Amino acid sequence: MGETFLELKGIKKSFGGVKALRGVDLTVNKGEIHCLAGENGCGKSTLIKVISGAHAADEGEVRIEGKLMQNFSPIDAIRMGVQVIYQDFAIFPNLTVAENIAMNRALESGRKRMDWKESRKLAVGAMEQIGARIDPDALVERLSVAHKQMVAICRAILGEARLLILDEPTTALTAKEVESLFAVLKKLKAKGIAIMIVTHKIDEIFEIADRLTILRNGENAASGDIGEFDRPAFIKHMTGREILETKYRPENPDREEILRVEGLTRRGAFENVSFALNRGDVLGITGLLGSGRGEIGEALFGLAPAESGRIFLHGKEIRIRSVGDAAAHRFAYVPEDRLTQGLFLERSISDNIAAASVRSYFRHGRLQHGAIYDAAVGWIRKISIAAPSPAPPARTLSGGNQQKVVIAKWLNTDPALLILNGPTVGVDVGAKADIHQLLHQLAQNGVGVIVISDDLSELVQNCNQIILMRAGRIGLELESAETDEAALSGMLNGKVQKEGS
Amino acid sequence: MGRFLTRKNLTRNEMLVVYIIAALSLMIGAVNSAFFSMGTVIDTARSMLVTVIFALCEMAIIISGGIDVSFPAIACFSLYSTIAFMNAYHIDSVAFAFFFSGFLGLLWGALNAILIAKFRIPALIATLGTSSLASGAILVISGGKEISMIPPSVDALSQQFLFSVTNASGVKSSLTVFILLPAALCLLFHFVLRHTMFGRGIYAIGGDADAARIAGFNVFRTQCILYMAAGLIIGIAAITHAILMRNANPSNLMGSEMMVIAAVVIGGTRITGGHGSVVGTVLGVLLITLVSNNLIMLNVPNYWQTFAVGLIIVIGTSITSLRAKRIALSPKI
Repeated sequence: MGETFLELKGIKKSFGGVKALRGVDLTVNKGEIHCLAGENGCGKSTLIKVISGAHAADEGEVRIEGKLMQNFSPIDAIRMGVQVIYQDFAIFPNLTVAENIAMNRALESGRKRMDWKESRKLAVGAMEQIGARIDPDALVERLSVAHKQMVAICRAILGEARLLILDEPTTALTAKEVESLFAVLKKLKAKGIAIMIVTHKIDEIFEIADRLTILRNGENAASGDIGEFDRPAFIKHMTGREILETKYRPENPDREEILRVEGLTRRGAFENVSFALNRGDVLGITGLLGSGRGEIGEALFGLAPAESGRIFLHGKEIRIRSVGDAAAHRFAYVPEDRLTQGLFLERSISDNIAAASVRSYFRHGRLQHGAIYDAAVGWIRKISIAAPSPAPPARTLSGGNQQKVVIAKWLNTDPALLILNGPTVGVDVGAKADIHQLLHQLAQNGVGVIVISDDLSELVQNCNQIILMRAGRIGLELESAETDEAALSGMLNGKVQKEGS
Repeated sequence: MGRFLTRKNLTRNEMLVVYIIAALSLMIGAVNSAFFSMGTVIDTARSMLVTVIFALCEMAIIISGGIDVSFPAIACFSLYSTIAFMNAYHIDSVAFAFFFSGFLGLLWGALNAILIAKFRIPALIATLGTSSLASGAILVISGGKEISMIPPSVDALSQQFLFSVTNASGVKSSLTVFILLPAALCLLFHFVLRHTMFGRGIYAIGGDADAARIAGFNVFRTQCILYMAAGLIIGIAAITHAILMRNANPSNLMGSEMMVIAAVVIGGTRITGGHGSVVGTVLGVLLITLVSNNLIMLNVPNYWQTFAVGLIIVIGTSITSLRAKRIALSPKI
């Protein structure tokens, strides 16, 4: 292992009475990829802010290259080579790639003039270093998330990063994009740059990390070389409980049909899609981005209705031409991006839970606030949302609990069919297990459950049936009992050609 | 000119405005053959003069993510107070007129800056308030009456021309020297916005104010300088307006904010901030000026002017918003 770049000792930090960090130790060496893992709310974000100088620690030492850092600002941290890439990248959508990459460097130099030629040269140079090929003159708003991330990384490289911290870098990336991100990170590592990735995705940690530090409730739960951990140990350290990775099987073999779809087609999105969903089934739909996996959910919920094909609910043919139609048949849809599509972040938990069923709370033209409150209290208890009461705004919850609120909102409508698009994106292992258990219960109780996801381990463990989409058509249909994650991944990426296209 | 108006130099939006201007000119020219003449060029330039200055300030402010509806009131206040003050104290100095009017504008701009940059009041609300203050104050001072007496040496500037042309029917058109003012400001705005870090900071703030702060831009200072500079320039434009009109009217600029915002938006500045160019803005002002000066030639009653400006705002902002949506949905590179 290389020499130590960053060393934290006994870091403590409280906000008001809440102890976010209760004495955390962490060392990151030059030229290593260090994963900082932990559930939402374990203090990962606070720790990053302490390292980047955004928060001052109440107690403890921060040393960069052996130098004790006291009362340092973000600018000081940047001067020492600490660069943080947050989830929103903090880039400018209205400016060109080159300008975004070179902007910070120009600002730091204190120059008054903008030198376009120089910016472009610097940007191209930085992109060459990591092998990124993006048009330097393109506006950033036209870039994919993965390319925006590359822009942010290039900017950090130009800022002479010696420790690059990435906060949940893979949340919005497809499997392929994650691969190329990791390739870039390995290149940087070879240059001797220390890299710290904050994440809770087990597979990725085992793929990329050299060393690992796990936080739980603001304390070190474990840390060491990646070789010292296996999956069960990792999960136990992270959650503090044993979570079994099992496969879901519907209990009663009673095959009463809930939903049947025949020849569903929307040109340019998906073609001739047919499947049936029986009581107790959890149906998984996966596929690469653009394979039509998400569009099927949108069509069933009427967001972008199918042009042809038939949909049967409990054996009766229904028409879904709008969201109104879907709602009338008690369909519920949990969108992929809960922050912009699923939640009113500033409103209370109870308002959010009642949002989709608010009509049923009107009596004599007045809203029954008491009934809404009671319903919210009920859901908080039933699906264990970690909230003291239904009153605080949704934004105060962690990602996993926010997702539970979104699901509770739809469960409160008493749905016949629940469609979830990426139900556990950005949700930690513990909350994920809770959500999965909830889905199984719903399925057993006769709610049709469709999970659209590219998280293959989630699908294998939680769906008894899996549909794999390829270029808008159903490529494969399989029982999860017959497959595992590796096989599914192979089929998804076309490495194994089983049947059909 | 022909080589300049190419795809390479202009964005798609700006090209569109060029096409619309060309089509409109052809329509007007078909009805009135006298339209295609040097006289029209001079008259149009003269009508655009003050509007271009206002539009440049508005554009910079909209790029930064703000908006300013107070400039007509600030302009009325500055020009009327300056002329009234000079008359009362018998000051007859061109330098004083520009300095004083610019200074008054700067003060109002400073008020906008404090409200927006310091108190973080939404720009629309803040400038609505400033606008009401300034126009209310000037109505109290003036009693609603205009002053037709401009100090003689200042007034003499209105008769300074770069050149004159006489058309076939003997009508003489002269181009005022003041046209140099918007021309110089166009170059200045283009230089500052495109080639200084301060200008790039305006774009950065309009793109994402938080990201700008993280990157190390001084958002507070940038906004302060921007609103104060806009106030100063508006004060100077105001006195120019008074000299050209040869009177000091306490209210005749009021209401022009809609026209200016329409011009800026049609010129490709996104109302949500972060995008905009001097060339586009000048084209936008040209289009709006042609519409309001020549609707009558197309047998459209003058009353329709306001309607036409409204239509341009609605269409212009819709195009912007639709394009933003299309970019959001379009395949990413």
